[in-house]
Amino acid sequence: MGRDDEPVDPMEIDGQQKLQVEASTAVPEGFNADYLRVYYGKLFPYGDFFKWLCYGNDGKHPGCDQSYVGRREFSFTLENDIYLRFQSFDSASELESSIKEKCPFKIDIGPVYSVDPAKRHAYAQSGNNVFVPVERELIFDIDISDYDDVRYCCSGADVCLDCWPLMTIAIKILDTSLRDDFGFNHILWVYSGRRGVHCWVCDSRARKLSNEQRAAVADYFRVYKGGENALKKVSLAGPVLHPFLARSYMDVLESFFEDKLLLSQQLFASEDRCQKILDLIPDENVASELHDKWQGNRPSSISKEDVNAARWKQLKTTLQSGKHKGLRRCVEEIVFSYTYPRLDMEVSKHMNHLLKAPFCIHPKTGRVCVPIDPNNCEDFDPTAVPTLSQLLGELNAASFQTDSENNWERTSLEKSIRFFRTSFLQPLLKACKEELESAYNAKLQQSKNSLNW
Amino acid sequence: MEIVPSRRQLDAAAAAGSGGTGALPTYRAAPQLEVRLEEFELFAIDRLRVLKGISDGLSRGKRPEEMEKLVSELWKTHMRHQDPAETLNKDIISHFVLRLVYCRTEELRKWFLSMETTLFRYRFRLETSESQKKLMTDFQLPYKALPRSEFEVVKDKLSQVARSIGQSANVESVFFKVPFEEVPDLVSSRRVFLSKGYAYVAMSQVVSLVVTQFRCNISKALVLTNRKWMATIKEQEKDRLTPIVEALSNAYFGPDYSQPKDAVEISLKDIDQLAKSSFPLCMRHMLDKLRENHHLKHGGRMQFGLFLKGAGLKLEDALAFWRAEFSQKVGSERFDKEYAYSIRHNYGKEGKRTDYTPYSCQKIISATPGVGDHHGCPYRHFGEENLRAALNKMGVSGHALEEIMDKVKNRHYQLACTLTFEATHGVSCDSGINHPNQYFSESQRVLRAKNQTVESKSAT
Repeated sequence: MGRDDEPVDPMEIDGQQKLQVEASTAVPEGFNADYLRVYYGKLFPYGDFFKWLCYGNDGKHPGCDQSYVGRREFSFTLENDIYLRFQSFDSASELESSIKEKCPFKIDIGPVYSVDPAKRHAYAQSGNNVFVPVERELIFDIDISDYDDVRYCCSGADVCLDCWPLMTIAIKILDTSLRDDFGFNHILWVYSGRRGVHCWVCDSRARKLSNEQRAAVADYFRVYKGGENALKKVSLAGPVLHPFLARSYMDVLESFFEDKLLLSQQLFASEDRCQKILDLIPDENVASELHDKWQGNRPSSISKEDVNAARWKQLKTTLQSGKHKGLRRCVEEIVFSYTYPRLDMEVSKHMNHLLKAPFCIHPKTGRVCVPIDPNNCEDFDPTAVPTLSQLLGELNAASFQTDSENNWERTSLEKSIRFFRTSFLQPLLKACKEELESAYNAKLQQSKNSLNW
Repeated sequence: MEIVPSRRQLDAAAAAGSGGTGALPTYRAAPQLEVRLEEFELFAIDRLRVLKGISDGLSRGKRPEEMEKLVSELWKTHMRHQDPAETLNKDIISHFVLRLVYCRTEELRKWFLSMETTLFRYRFRLETSESQKKLMTDFQLPYKALPRSEFEVVKDKLSQVARSIGQSANVESVFFKVPFEEVPDLVSSRRVFLSKGYAYVAMSQVVSLVVTQFRCNISKALVLTNRKWMATIKEQEKDRLTPIVEALSNAYFGPDYSQPKDAVEISLKDIDQLAKSSFPLCMRHMLDKLRENHHLKHGGRMQFGLFLKGAGLKLEDALAFWRAEFSQKVGSERFDKEYAYSIRHNYGKEGKRTDYTPYSCQKIISATPGVGDHHGCPYRHFGEENLRAALNKMGVSGHALEEIMDKVKNRHYQLACTLTFEATHGVSCDSGINHPNQYFSESQRVLRAKNQTVESKSAT
């Protein structure tokens, strides 16, 4: 493939690719600007992507705000780590040609501002702070690296199928609450490409939240208190749990803890790991009683039963026996500590935080930031997400067919784009249209009434 | 509001007209009444004392019940008059004067808004439920009580929420169903039942609804007042009110730590030495963690970075300082790409180019550090064992240590920090610690004085 200093002619790439096909359709693993250029040239779903961010304002309806999408900030990170902030586009084709030309390694989406962000300096002169964010999806960012104290299979940016269920839990808990408690309907979950998930709540009500209201939603989800230096990271006060926490515990946390993480993370398999859990028991006598019990009890002696399951059972029986006052909450606190979602709060609290766009490629893994279906999030496998080179290989294999508009239909990206379109975009745009319609009619009615006066 | 040199005409009815007929005004419109110039200033100072007291109470982390008592006492001491009409007038006049004082910058507006809202919140709680309902009408809140049939459906959940916040399971009978956006404080502390976007607010919680409305009104009014101030008042009143207004805001707000005092500069190589001698515990802790992990999360970078700026670390040195640590973990390339921006941003060199102010104790204490975070106030956010160990490391032990732990137990975090200062410096600190940069500069002052005595002694 062409990797010269000169801009590459797309035709040339085609020609060379076809040559490659004859040898083999496989493309060597990796991530580079040339691969990315083909992806942006043939696969990135500009149309759907841009339609999403227009929220219905690109139509012919007189109620449309034609300036809306042009006030949205995009930020590009180029190959040489140059940041291009405050980019803005009035149409899908403008966006498409800019992406194709600049070939950004990362695309971030910012808020919708009061004025076109590209022209912010012109407004800055007036000094009255007119350049401010006015709308932004409510977003959540969850990183598996924030769970390093409760997973033993990987650390840092690595994930595997043993710790990924922690992300599944986060999706289930947040998605249910955002829908049932907060009444949101248009929620997009996206794999971040390496170590976590992003959530975009796109209802117009969510987009209009103030920073204070965003913080309130984020805090509603927060059970962690005290940071690194507090011994007990989760403290559940009160004689019963709030309905949201109770439901999360009953429906998700408890079963994931007992059926999955207990074994996959081997939570009680060593002295250190046991001690970490015992540290969460406020009554020292109880903790040392359990500790002694496990000391003499070599794993081999607990016959067939798994040591983790056995010790968890003992701990539960002891704490829930009712002998010890004030320890009833403790079992729940342990489960919450090891399973409950950990949000990057700052991202959610402020309108002007940037978040990586869906369908980007993660430069380190080469994987596509694909949407995740919250209803089937158990089945999501981060290690099976299409990679850039895999997609190019599929494209090569299919290239005997004529080039068409929708090259992606012939790759494994198809499923993701279809899901984005049918499960997220179409219902969203339908709702946007209805809202536009009713807002417009209300306005008409109002002006009619004022004429009558 | 007319300001006259000496004569006065008090019209309680007119004043009350700007709010309910009860004792708690809504400050919707400036009253048409004349105020003497002396009162203009005196009333404002009295109200400031109340607001300052509230601010102190909040930074001590006082609980709602304690705040309620504090606010009612502050109000009695500074604002009460034998004649209720006089009290009402003073209330309204002082509020509108302080609006002028605090409308002029974003930071002043934020502080005033937050303190006035707190004041209003606790005064509202002291009202009878009759006048509370009256105030709800005054604020034109469109909510009706939840109908019986709907109430029955969610009754169990409402009871569960009540018990989860330590109230009795017998649910109150009057609830309002409102969009959750209207009661952010109840949502964030999970004190309401939420369903399909609605919050179920109990009669005893309507204060949150009213406060949201109050806050919104005052916030808008402050922006408008600022415009008027800039456009006309400032110039028109430059010989009369302007000096008073400007003096009032400076008189109170304490030293400004956005610029290092006395052109003091600290240099890179001194940081470790200075941390040992003069950093408060929160900052020492973050420096230790930064040296250990070569990384600090966002909250830590903000709290510690702005502190260093306030202490006199120049931008170039700050970049070098952070790069030296972060590059060991993420590489200098990633540092330049992802972190350098926010450091320049803190120094007002990027983005909206605001020169950010170092965090005060109040802000630090109210922080909510999460997993992996090291910012916040150690006296508030550390577990007891960790705090004891950290203080030991600073050389505090025995009686002094117990006294500090005692303050911590009573949630007097700033007093605990003040005691730590006194124990490590061997002098008393009467002003108390309100700001980490104040701790630093006081400490430097004390150490300089000690050095001078030593020098003069050795000279003789």
